[in-house]
Amino acid sequence: MNWVFYLISGLAVAGALAAVLLKNTVHCALALTVAFAGLALLFLKLDAQFAGFAQILVYIGAVAILVVFAILLTRGSETPKDGVYSKFPLTGLAIAAAVFAVLGWAVLHSESALPHEYRATPAVTVMDIGNALMSRYVLPLEIVALLLTAALIGAVIVAMHEKEEAK
Amino acid sequence: MIEKLDQIFVLLTGWLVGFLPGFLQPLAGVVIAVAAILVTFPALFAICVLLERKGLGRMQNRIGPNRVGPFGIFQPVADGLKSLTKEDIVPLKADAVVHFLAPVFLVVVVFMGYAVLPVGRHMTLVNMDAGLLFYFAMGASTELSVFMAGWASRNKYSLLGAMRAVAQMISYEVPLLMSSVAVVMITGSLSLNKIVEAQNVYTWGLPHWYIFTPWGFAGFVMFAIAATAETNRSPFDLPEGESELVAGYFTEYSGFKFAEFFLGEYVGMLSISGLGTTLFLGGWSAPLEVLGFVPSWCWFFAKIMMSMCVFIWLRGTLPRLRQDQLMNFAWKFVLPFTLLNLFVAATWRFMGDGWLRWVVCSAVLVIAYVVVGRAGMSREHFGPRSYRYAE
Repeated sequence: MNWVFYLISGLAVAGALAAVLLKNTVHCALALTVAFAGLALLFLKLDAQFAGFAQILVYIGAVAILVVFAILLTRGSETPKDGVYSKFPLTGLAIAAAVFAVLGWAVLHSESALPHEYRATPAVTVMDIGNALMSRYVLPLEIVALLLTAALIGAVIVAMHEKEEAK
Repeated sequence: MIEKLDQIFVLLTGWLVGFLPGFLQPLAGVVIAVAAILVTFPALFAICVLLERKGLGRMQNRIGPNRVGPFGIFQPVADGLKSLTKEDIVPLKADAVVHFLAPVFLVVVVFMGYAVLPVGRHMTLVNMDAGLLFYFAMGASTELSVFMAGWASRNKYSLLGAMRAVAQMISYEVPLLMSSVAVVMITGSLSLNKIVEAQNVYTWGLPHWYIFTPWGFAGFVMFAIAATAETNRSPFDLPEGESELVAGYFTEYSGFKFAEFFLGEYVGMLSISGLGTTLFLGGWSAPLEVLGFVPSWCWFFAKIMMSMCVFIWLRGTLPRLRQDQLMNFAWKFVLPFTLLNLFVAATWRFMGDGWLRWVVCSAVLVIAYVVVGRAGMSREHFGPRSYRYAE
């Protein structure tokens, strides 16, 4: 089933490229959604149901909507007159290459990435993830929850401040 | 005989698939099941539209459609033909590609949700472990279609409608998820099939549906509120408030694209009714043990049609909310209650059998409801109506 992988990867890469190359900002956001969907399908292809559906739920259902809202509420979707391309393409290229190098290094040095070290991966069900989160990784989970709650309250306070001044 | 009738569609599929060579059989089974979904639910959509128009007509003291066929029962056929033959108008300034993709995306995503709904015993298209998660992932994607429609139309009413719709759907998605989490906590599974199986147990001939427990009842009420808001139905139909926004995000759609939005809305209502039925009303299980001889799929469809009637009844009864009321209701009332309901469900789970847990759980919910209600009412000032801008 290799062609499925290439089909999905093609979709994800095309979405990501379109997100960078298109001129209209809202189109870019929608293209980014396609890239997210492609990633979710890749997760599903790897039998990681939880990661795949969480990717759709969080990235397409929430993050994409947030991006689109932010675009609409701030600048509008009109293309700026001086074009969308950066004036310093080399700097951007260097940073992108550095990030890609770090990610690639991490992937290549992870244990089972190389074909000759391939082992049958254990089937990880949603239940296993739940058990792991609630037993072994409960402290990181709680810390993340606390951080998110703090961020949420902070956001509410930032939004509330303006209202009090208006009174 | 009874069991054969119960499994008639499964057996029928098996019989049809039997004509094909072996390697094609799994594929053919899937194709037949998908085709069945694609035929059944649009047919129900037609029935619901007729029911709604006739029912609303009765509630508003008029007859409703009565020209096409006896008692107007062929009205949906006429509507369908009309939307197929009407001119498809796309505004000159509209973003043609996104304008075209929005209704298509909506219909596709809405139908995807049916893949995990157990329509009857052994009648789930894809029986996956994370079924509920899949359903919500698909449900979350409909917001994007609404936004695409509103933005691509280049119409201020469309954009306003889309912004309202997206804000509302995001706000009510949280209580929708939270009220379902209580069911997952009690069942211990995200699989919709297991959730139905857990409710398909009888004591003294009465079923163990989750709605008949304190946390389940509260959860069901909040699920119903959130589901009504998620599907943009009255009294939460601000995104398409015709007195302010013409038709909201699909103002600039005509012909078959409009029909697709219409279809998407109703099929979405049917599917969320199906989810509510599965989570709280026992899915395809019979309401009494002695009625177990009726095929399971009959119960499922009877239950979702009942929910559709409630949707119609609500639309004929309640006035539309205001935007600030809508948001306050979601964030200050429904969401805290769903959180409380999670605690109550956990208490229920760990108190074991016996009458004590019934008393404790009901008491917590009732006291919280009364206290919050009283506190909210005391803050309101009821007096002569004041107009901020009109005077």
